[in-house]
Amino acid sequence: MDLGSHGGFILLAYAFTAFVMVALVGNALRDRRTQLRALKGFGEDRR
Amino acid sequence: MTPSLWTRLSNPSHFMRWSGALVPWLTALSLAVLALGLYQTFFVVPPDYQQGETVRIMYIHVPAAWLGVFFYGAMSVSAIGTLVWRHPLADVAQRAAAPIGAAFTLICLVTGSLWGKPMWGTYWVWDARLTSMLILLLIYCGIIALWRTLEDPNRAARAVAILTLVGAVNLPIIKFSVNWWSTLHQPASILRMGGSTIDPSMLYPLLVMIGAATLGGTTLHLYTMRTEIMRRRVRTLTIREAERLDRAQPHITPTPAAMPVGQPV
Repeated sequence: MDLGSHGGFILLAYAFTAFVMVALVGNALRDRRTQLRALKGFGEDRR
Repeated sequence: MTPSLWTRLSNPSHFMRWSGALVPWLTALSLAVLALGLYQTFFVVPPDYQQGETVRIMYIHVPAAWLGVFFYGAMSVSAIGTLVWRHPLADVAQRAAAPIGAAFTLICLVTGSLWGKPMWGTYWVWDARLTSMLILLLIYCGIIALWRTLEDPNRAARAVAILTLVGAVNLPIIKFSVNWWSTLHQPASILRMGGSTIDPSMLYPLLVMIGAATLGGTTLHLYTMRTEIMRRRVRTLTIREAERLDRAQPHITPTPAAMPVGQPV
């Protein structure tokens, strides 16, 4: 599709949003893994 | 909802059970609604008669603005739960919401800026709506920083709850800033007396995107709340282990230091 002369602004806005969302979700997943590993170290495995 | 059911749902161990079952379904639903919303945004929504294709930025800017404010509102309710009832889940909810709300506020500011340049001719103006959103982002950052500064979780919870409630003054300012002051930002066009000013062909896809963002944000919030509960469990277990090791240490009575030579007794 043709996004017109301001297509760069539109794409940049969506790319930035995707970047922040991936970082947010990635951080949440990484943090969950860290806590699960620590719980396993104590002999607990709650999911 | 009866108080007993509410109490049961908000009990941390019950919360872990029901949220664990709900999160995968909510994730699938969020992704499905997001896919529908994105399809409509790029293939169904017509270009605006004034803004042309640039109007498509609205479909991420408005949901992000809504969630930035929504999560702060949720944090304010949780802050009352922390201060009045000292409910452990209230603090967990507040702590998990802060980074999500901050991320959406940042998205709102950046996408608004990228929308403003082609439409207003500038990335930024110190107008009431933009400035109050920037203040919201700074409050979020302050809250996150305060949590990291205070080591005692109970002290941190109370301090953050008070700061959150003070910052809640900003919410009505954000909402009504476009009515109270003359701003470059457009006035309210969805939630206003007399109905929305947006054409249905653009409004319904926008509502779908707002729904997708709300579902996705709520799912992520539940997920991070679960992680926060695990973190607190890890902290408790670490302290218990340290105490156990401390008790297991043999107690050595310090011997009196030998008198230096040449001193009178």
